Amino acid sequence: MERVPILKIGDILLVSIQVDMSDQTAVALQEDLAERIVATGCHGVIIDITALDIVDSFVGRMLSTIASISRVLDAETVVVGMRPAVAITLVELGLSLNGIRTALNVERGMELIAADREREYDEFDDSSDAEPTASP
Amino acid sequence: MALSADESGRLAGLLTSHVDQVTQRWTEVVAGQLRGRLSQAELRHQVQELHRALVDALGKGLTDLAAEEGTELRAVLAEVSRGQARQGFSAAETATGVFALKDALLSVMEADQSAGTLRDYVAFGTLVDQMGLFTFESYVRTRESLIADQAEQLLELSTPVVKLWEGVVAVPLVGTLDSARAQVVMERLLQTLVDTGSPYAIIDITGVPAVDTQVAQHILKTVVAARLMGADCIISGIRPQIAQTIVALGIEFGDIATKASLADALRHVLRLTGVETGRRQSRREA
Repeated sequence: MERVPILKIGDILLVSIQVDMSDQTAVALQEDLAERIVATGCHGVIIDITALDIVDSFVGRMLSTIASISRVLDAETVVVGMRPAVAITLVELGLSLNGIRTALNVERGMELIAADREREYDEFDDSSDAEPTASP
Repeated sequence: MALSADESGRLAGLLTSHVDQVTQRWTEVVAGQLRGRLSQAELRHQVQELHRALVDALGKGLTDLAAEEGTELRAVLAEVSRGQARQGFSAAETATGVFALKDALLSVMEADQSAGTLRDYVAFGTLVDQMGLFTFESYVRTRESLIADQAEQLLELSTPVVKLWEGVVAVPLVGTLDSARAQVVMERLLQTLVDTGSPYAIIDITGVPAVDTQVAQHILKTVVAARLMGADCIISGIRPQIAQTIVALGIEFGDIATKASLADALRHVLRLTGVETGRRQSRREA
């Protein structure tokens, strides 16, 4: 069975899908990714599907599941590099990949995650600043 | 009913022995019908070419136009009807150009009683009918390919994707949006997003005369597809009447940003990307 490699770049895990997704490959990817997120403590997951010619409902659901799992483990998932033909097919099929964030390419995806992290830290800073003044 | 080999031979003989008479009469009939839209010399040349091809084919023992002996004759007929279709002649005029041969044959056979019998004339007529039908078919085929070419050119012309700013592309839609065009626009836009790596696209519908549910559906599909790829779409150029129609039809654009003009849309995008716009300070002071 083929396995999809998971690469760690800084605070982000990069998954580039280069093979046809079979049921086992998809399940293995979900398990591997969950383990790696916990092991590395990364806060972002980028799934690159540039090489995928076909995204059917099964792969669509797999992407949704991975996004949900990552969210539980406090990691943001971004799907990048979807081809125009794939996007059109998904729209025609009525699959809108709910709950999944998308970006044009890996670079944009990394920017997106970085911007999100920054915003989260800002909010955290704001709340920690506000707390001491509110308590007395 | 096809020509017998005997009749075919007699027709060849008739055509060769009365070359001048036949072509003369044939040209006259066609000229009368076209009323000077084709020059006499051109017409004569065309008729002579057809005559020569027909005699050649009959000489090879042509009995049926669809047979192998008729290949060259068919090519000449197709050439003539293609030319006429492109010059804007009607289908009837093109077909009559061939049917006029019957007139020519009749006058020749009337003048020379020994040339053939009524039975021969009917048999010749069948061949001419076949030729006429073939001409008609070539004519229609040429016209159809013309229309297809033009439709394709129209598609090419009417869907440009322009870059407005770094990371912002726009599609100014002009004309009615049907399914075929919507598909081309969608593909072109999405491909441009990938090629340029632009995260924002503006769909400008100033030039779309009417927006019905189908057109709205096409636009919405494009926006959703762009979102799936990680780009955001803004719809601009909504005219007052179109806004009223959209509301009256109950079309929901949901959380898609809509702007009245392309300028508003561009300003919106620039604000989102963090580009500051404003007058230069020095000018205000001066």
